[in-house]
Amino acid sequence: MEWEVVIGLEIHAQLATKSKIFSGASTAYGADANTQACAIDLGLPGVLPAFNEEALRMAVKFGLAIDAEIGLKSVFDRKNYFYPDSPKGYQTTQLHHPIVGIGHIDIELEDGSSKRINVTRAHLEEDAGKSVHEGFNGMSGIDLNRAGTPLIEIVSEPEMRNAKEAAAYFRKMHSIVTYLGICDGDLSQGSMRCDCNVSLRPKGQEEFGTRTEIKNVNSFRNVERAIDAEIARQMDILEDGGKIIQETRLYDADKNETRAMRSKEVANDYRYFPCPDLLPVIIDDNYVEAVRATLPELPDAKRARFAHAHGLSAIDAAVLAANRELAHYFETAAKIANDYKLAANWVQGDVSATLNRLEISIGELAVSAEQLGRILQLIKDNTLNNGGAKEVFNALVEGKGDGSAESVDKLVDSLGLKQVSDSGAIEAIVAEVLAANPKLVEGYLATPEDKRAKAIGPFIGLVRKAAKGVNPQVVMDVLQKKLSEL
Amino acid sequence: MALDQQQVRDIADLSRLQIDEAQIAEYQKNLSNILDLVDQLSAVDTSSVEPMAHPLDAVQRLRADVVTEENNRDHFQQIAPQTENGYYLVPRVVE
Repeated sequence: MEWEVVIGLEIHAQLATKSKIFSGASTAYGADANTQACAIDLGLPGVLPAFNEEALRMAVKFGLAIDAEIGLKSVFDRKNYFYPDSPKGYQTTQLHHPIVGIGHIDIELEDGSSKRINVTRAHLEEDAGKSVHEGFNGMSGIDLNRAGTPLIEIVSEPEMRNAKEAAAYFRKMHSIVTYLGICDGDLSQGSMRCDCNVSLRPKGQEEFGTRTEIKNVNSFRNVERAIDAEIARQMDILEDGGKIIQETRLYDADKNETRAMRSKEVANDYRYFPCPDLLPVIIDDNYVEAVRATLPELPDAKRARFAHAHGLSAIDAAVLAANRELAHYFETAAKIANDYKLAANWVQGDVSATLNRLEISIGELAVSAEQLGRILQLIKDNTLNNGGAKEVFNALVEGKGDGSAESVDKLVDSLGLKQVSDSGAIEAIVAEVLAANPKLVEGYLATPEDKRAKAIGPFIGLVRKAAKGVNPQVVMDVLQKKLSEL
Repeated sequence: MALDQQQVRDIADLSRLQIDEAQIAEYQKNLSNILDLVDQLSAVDTSSVEPMAHPLDAVQRLRADVVTEENNRDHFQQIAPQTENGYYLVPRVVE
């Protein structure tokens, strides 16, 4: 039978606030266990949560970025469940009145087309603590530093039809929240996690099949692999006439398979009710418009501008716009050089290759955007040829610069990479080369006119050997002139 | 609205309460009575009443995003039954 895959994602993004959603404890990552867990985070009796205005602002910002309805009245609810990493016995979240309503984003597919994915809602909630199961003599250790870190949970409509679309959606959301500066986007630290709801139905059937939920997938690649593994598992069961059990599963990246989490005998009953400790959050249009005024240029707009205003190819524009830091680096260099295409070639070429080779991010690259811009300027005014430019770039990568544009010029001098473009100097070299190689000259003169363009090659090589850093275009011009005079 | 005996066990489980099997029938009867009592509210026509999120007609005040808490771990952990290396220890839970 032919099956249609139905995928919906729930993405949790930690908001980049300094303090927690309901307390003044720090949200900084990596502190000693429980040194950032205050009385409110611990759920001690008698404490009152106080809502962080920045968490609200960031959530509204997100809603505006995905063109969503903003909840002018949003209400916090308690989702009751028992687990030691949530010491209050409930999670404060938003059930019926989320801060962000229906919105949408567009994802780019491999064939270059785009697809709109609707977002059902996004709500504010608090993160839980972390449990450590190893190293405590058969007990579990609880670290509540993360408890109370603000999250937005972004719920998509079940509109993705394969794992690649799901990964593209996750990537796009990552791009949006990092552009907005509302989430640091560090997947390795759990700043963004993704739950994947997957089901299959016979092609053409309206009704959804039974779904499973793969919890806490934390990389773009694993979203794709986990979903593909789950699709294969479900298809095997269905093809054999079996039934899918609605359950929560975990993805094991080493084995590339999903497995069921230990299912509870009693279905969870979260017993939601409005949180009596928190009043309804009311904002008005003025508030929303003030937040709208702070929206930066978003990935789609930047991509369109790179392509239309600056003539980059669709692929180049998409790659360069996807990451805010990379886009900023690229554009800074492009503006200095006043040449977007040249800068795009370099950022996609030598810069990206270097980042991959050293496994670093653009922020860690020893070559600043200003320095790359200066290198590009020197290419454009013929001070550097391409080989010389690469040499300077590599020297900077190795730390032979201080980040300033001036250090590029110093390196060009100290490495002797300045191209000789002075035609007088080049004429003298050319004359020497021609005098020293009479046989080559004879051969050239015996070559028919239409094949001389090729025959001039050996002379260029000899001239460049005799004087490193000569401008090849000037060499060509001088050679042609001198040879035609013979 | 009548609860069955399994529902009573489930509620006890969710509430982390240990109940005596012999007492289930009585809990079943009492809890069902309470539900019936509350259920009388369903008779009221609330179609024109906006659901209330909070009894006070007030709006949530916002707190500036500033770190105001210091590390008081040692103080808090004085009342914890068991701690190690700064972690609170609990019976092993593996999902």
